[in-house]
Amino acid sequence: MNKTSMKQTAAAFVVGLIFAIGLGVSGMTQPQKVIGFLQLGEGWDPSLMFVMIGAIPVHMLSYRWMKGHRTPLLDTQWHVPVSKEVTRPLVVGSALFGLGWGLGGFCPGPALTSAGAGQEMAIYFVIAMLAGMGLYRLYARFTVKG
Amino acid sequence: MMNSILMALTGGALIGLAASLMLILNGRVTGISGIVNGFIGDVRKDLWRGAFILGLLIGGLALGALQPDMFVNTSGRSVGVVLIAGLIVGFGTVMGSGCTSGHGVCGIARFSVRSLVATATFMVIGMLTATLFNALVGG
Repeated sequence: MNKTSMKQTAAAFVVGLIFAIGLGVSGMTQPQKVIGFLQLGEGWDPSLMFVMIGAIPVHMLSYRWMKGHRTPLLDTQWHVPVSKEVTRPLVVGSALFGLGWGLGGFCPGPALTSAGAGQEMAIYFVIAMLAGMGLYRLYARFTVKG
Repeated sequence: MMNSILMALTGGALIGLAASLMLILNGRVTGISGIVNGFIGDVRKDLWRGAFILGLLIGGLALGALQPDMFVNTSGRSVGVVLIAGLIVGFGTVMGSGCTSGHGVCGIARFSVRSLVATATFMVIGMLTATLFNALVGG
């Protein structure tokens, strides 16, 4: 492994650590809180809306930084998605994700963090999520190329 | 309530900071479903993906040791429901090119129309699902 990719790997590890702490502090690792936020009606808990309200403005600053720089600090090019097209798979896939999120109360990041903490349901969820990702690969192979 | 709003804001700011470091240092979007899917696609090619996932897991392990309350699960969802949920989330996030982190945080922060549409879709469907599940099965 060359020096640059070693630094990138170390950076990604630190980012993962901070991200996990952010998820734990915010309450996203408690499925009942997530469900309480998604479940409208009596006893609705809006607090998790503030996770995005906290995250997005902070992250906007780094996109501003990006506009003034030709490359990131540890790589020779940007890898940010440029696609603008709203496609059917985007909407159908997002709807499916919403269905699973509302059913289980886990999304991928909090599930991995909670699995790391040894939370049993999160471990089941992560195993099923990996299977679902594999299943999509099979599905894509038969529908896109077939 | 006030306390959980402050915690959500603080945690959110940390998530925004983590995603900022990933962007400024590595030039990448911190989309967790995409990173996991890319990692299982080719484990050897991009070690940074594995390192990020390891960071999430070890972060969880450390946090669980210090603050076990953060990982208490009283949702009442059965193992069967959780397994089905995981399967659908895995399938849907790859099909829809992202989840709460990639579309909801990174995408919206750069005003991506695709991410705005994706986020609105999974929020609305997530809310409908949780609300209906509660009405039909009980929370």
